[in-house]
Amino acid sequence: MKYWRVPLDSHEVQVTRGHVHIIADRCKGCGYCIAYCPREILEFSKAFNAKGYHPPVVKKDDCLNCHYCELLCPEFAIFSIER
Amino acid sequence: MTENPQNVHPLEDLVRMDRIPHIWCPGCGTGSVFASCLTAMKQTGIPYNQFAMVSGIGCSGRGAGYINIDSFHTTHGRAIPFATGIKMASPDLNVIVFSGDGDLFAIGGNHFIHAARRNMDITVICVNNLTYGMTGGQVAATTPHLAKSSTTTVGNPETPFSLPFLAYASGATYIARWTMLHARDLADSIEEALVHKGFSFIEVLSPCPVNFGRRNKEKPLDTLKKYYENTIVRNGANPAELDIDYKKGVILGKFADIDKPTHDEKYKKMYWPDEK
Repeated sequence: MKYWRVPLDSHEVQVTRGHVHIIADRCKGCGYCIAYCPREILEFSKAFNAKGYHPPVVKKDDCLNCHYCELLCPEFAIFSIER
Repeated sequence: MTENPQNVHPLEDLVRMDRIPHIWCPGCGTGSVFASCLTAMKQTGIPYNQFAMVSGIGCSGRGAGYINIDSFHTTHGRAIPFATGIKMASPDLNVIVFSGDGDLFAIGGNHFIHAARRNMDITVICVNNLTYGMTGGQVAATTPHLAKSSTTTVGNPETPFSLPFLAYASGATYIARWTMLHARDLADSIEEALVHKGFSFIEVLSPCPVNFGRRNKEKPLDTLKKYYENTIVRNGANPAELDIDYKKGVILGKFADIDKPTHDEKYKKMYWPDEK
């Protein structure tokens, strides 16, 4: 997310942070979580899972715990927990 | 990847995990709609033993087999009659019909309009992937005009149903349309529909990359891009203007929320007036 200036109340706003958990062997590699993560923190891994797909990996630790990947994933393979 | 000692997905208590991985193809939206439906059931706070899920035949008809509550996988097109029976036998249950467009509107079309006419207190979630996905991508009652399918190889000559308009004309009291990409709105809408008294209908647009997308040169992420860019959320829109045309924009939102006595209430009032 890019701002053209720093929001005036940025020091007051409490932002939740999350940990993304990926259950790699359930993934079928559709890439929905990667394409629609609002913070764009996921990418395809180089490694294969047991089914032969490339599961997502976290590329930067910037999760806001919005749970959108959790709702969108058709395979119940990704979720986030507040930290 | 972060290491998680438990690695337990929050929806796992509602899914029969011994059946996962499910049969839905990579890129299919049915799983997302299913996850939104389960999330909505969680959000209502109603105990799980007061729900029942009924499905017909088709890819999305597998939903009843994957949910870890009382569920029923019925004959083709007859999900709504079975749901009507469950609701009449035990009116306290929240009955959800989770099925596809072919099941609910082609072979089961009559059951749908009559359940809506009676205002049965059930929630119908229709996963609309615009084709008969499971049987090989034949043309369905919802396939858009000019779209290619395995039985209309140069384009569909027919005009498709507008499902929310059909539901509105038949007398449904809660009508909404979302896509699987609008997962949060969809979950909130299903939650509202579950609490709503009367016949609730939610159409969910969902990609079918293998049998619809492949023939129409659409990768699953292209379909999602279309859902993202060419849809307009307009609550309370005129149901007559809800045809699916991505060139002028597909209208999403809640189109009707009407308070009307349900079939159960009317039946009890007339036939068992003394019973509370």
